[in-house]
Amino acid sequence: MKVRTPLAAAALEPDEGGRYGVYGGRYAPETLMAPLEELSRAYDKLRRKRTFQRRLNHLLEHYVGRPTPLYFAEGLTEHLGGARIYLKREDLLHTGAHKINNALGQVLLAKEMGKTRIIAETGAGQHGVATATAAALLGLDCVVYMGEEDMRRQRLNVYRMQLLGAEVAAVDAGSRTLKDAINEAFRDWVASFADTHYVLGTVTGPEPYPRMVRQFHSVIGSEARRQLRRLAGTPDPDVAVACVGGGSNAMGLFSAFLGQPDVLLVGVEAGGRGPELGDHAARFSGGTLGVLHGARTLVLQDEEGQVVGTHSVSAGLDYPAVGPEHVFLHDQGQIEFTSATDQEAIEGFHLLSATEGILPALESAHAIAEVTRRAPGMDGDQVILVNLSGRGDKDVESVLEYDAASGDQVPVRRPSGGDSVSVRRPSGRHSGSGAGDAE
Amino acid sequence: MSRRRKRSSRDGAIAAAFKTCAKERRSAFVPFLVAGDPSLEATPDLLRALVSGGADVIELGVAFSDPIADGPTIQRASHRALAAGSSLSAVLGIVERHREELGVPIVLFTYYNPVHARGVENFAAQAADSGVDGVLCVDLPPDEGLRELQPALEERGVDSIYLIAATSTRERIDRAAAASNGFVYYTARSDVTGEREDLIPTLAREVKRVRRRVRLPVAVGFGISTPEQVEEVAQVAHGVVVGSSLVRLVEENSAEADLAARLERRVRDLTAPLGARVL
Repeated sequence: MKVRTPLAAAALEPDEGGRYGVYGGRYAPETLMAPLEELSRAYDKLRRKRTFQRRLNHLLEHYVGRPTPLYFAEGLTEHLGGARIYLKREDLLHTGAHKINNALGQVLLAKEMGKTRIIAETGAGQHGVATATAAALLGLDCVVYMGEEDMRRQRLNVYRMQLLGAEVAAVDAGSRTLKDAINEAFRDWVASFADTHYVLGTVTGPEPYPRMVRQFHSVIGSEARRQLRRLAGTPDPDVAVACVGGGSNAMGLFSAFLGQPDVLLVGVEAGGRGPELGDHAARFSGGTLGVLHGARTLVLQDEEGQVVGTHSVSAGLDYPAVGPEHVFLHDQGQIEFTSATDQEAIEGFHLLSATEGILPALESAHAIAEVTRRAPGMDGDQVILVNLSGRGDKDVESVLEYDAASGDQVPVRRPSGGDSVSVRRPSGRHSGSGAGDAE
Repeated sequence: MSRRRKRSSRDGAIAAAFKTCAKERRSAFVPFLVAGDPSLEATPDLLRALVSGGADVIELGVAFSDPIADGPTIQRASHRALAAGSSLSAVLGIVERHREELGVPIVLFTYYNPVHARGVENFAAQAADSGVDGVLCVDLPPDEGLRELQPALEERGVDSIYLIAATSTRERIDRAAAASNGFVYYTARSDVTGEREDLIPTLAREVKRVRRRVRLPVAVGFGISTPEQVEEVAQVAHGVVVGSSLVRLVEENSAEADLAARLERRVRDLTAPLGARVL
């Protein structure tokens, strides 16, 4: 299968101010307005350019490893009983998550724009590693902003980025996590835009970021659709599921199925420790309309408009706002949102590991958790498509900590095989945190 | 672009302040502080110190949890203010109680989200009732502000002030100028807020470029912290904004009993060079 990123697709565009209905927009300090306008123009010109598309698709195929397989998860399907479950294996990409689709696209764009320096934010590593990788490949300087708290939790990813030649800049402001890393990246960019491109890692931020990041990831959905036609006999699943931090992997998958009433699109947010404000990152149940990081969208905030802390076992979902297009599509009835708690995600992590031999990223494990709730109630001829957005190697330590804190044994799969999969049910509450970036 | 006439009879306090300065042939001094730093109780005294030190217009900062346009000094101040219980409600309360007594126009300097959370109509009504003279939202460029916030403010006679930057194209300068009332705020450098040793060498030329296209007074801020810098900027600007260095003084002296007196002395030092200015 040839790699074709549908960059020039005309559908799904916001208006020229970057608005999806009342969401999105370009709420940025004046200094950045002209650079953002320049970025919009450069992106619109390049995405239609054949040579740019060819270069990107070539790298995606030979360097990144696209197309990723679509895999029929027979073990998980049998275990749950009900719908047939297909996994879109973004976890098999170079650097271990879907993030590289966007990072490579933007760094390539930056190079075409004549920029010599790249900056990025990262929650705990995946977007930072992907951006550092693309910068190393294309020979650009790279600085990745990362909260001190996340650096402590993810020492290995910090070293990975350093090995790739990037400077990892510690952010000691605020909660010292992803939100603060984004603040710091914007502060850098206000002073450096002349030679620097800011590679924002998810489908939020001021125009053109939401549509640009979505489009670089739309290859996920377009591939899945073609693969599903071959494997399942229909291009359209009954349900498509993806986790939603900022929402980039979800938007990448869903973009191929928008406007198709027979496909139910389900986004899964981080339910964290519970429904109290501050204990989760479920914007659709606990958020209100606000303006953060350049976009008007749902934000977890207090009544005075101060952004509140969030919690998730997966740092990639641990972010107080969500991509504006998600909110728009939710209003339109095109995407349904639900959440999975830390504990459900950890259970999903163990379940996929035991039934399929695949360690999912804790972010993606939230999507698996939703599948375990949904699949048993569906018919055997129905299809669930899941975006397995990243692999879980980075999270092994977090899972170990979580399990230790909740006093659970590591589950053992009996060698006699068959259907004797033991999936343990952790019972304790836990305040640990994992790894990743806004998905 | 909206050209509606303002209805309030109270309007124009900012314009009047700049006019007075022009008559006195000097630039206006526009100090900035974060409201609620180090405490809500201390803020009125500090505002009085600004006025007695020579402030012509006050920029009163509303702390926000995610100040992406601010450097470390104002970030820390915002953090302290929030920890001390500051909020947009609290700031409006301070203005309501002290605006008249202070006798100089007050511009709320804020990020858009606290305003948005309150609802723009509510905010505009409360700001006007409290005696707020103008509002500047750092992350609300005219592109968004003209549609969202400005009509409500204009309706109630509260000025909208927009930023102009070195990166602003002619079209953007014209848009900000047409949208602003009272004055426009030119950011002296493409950077976050904070003290700097030197002004950028092209500043005078840049400010003149803006002044040629703008009918309103042009105040210049970002990176201005010493009397020498104030004097230099005053050569070309109708107003000089000083923020971080005053905020740092508050930070370093917050435990001192004579904090307000120290602030007043500092403001006097900064406004001294403005006396002889012939604009």
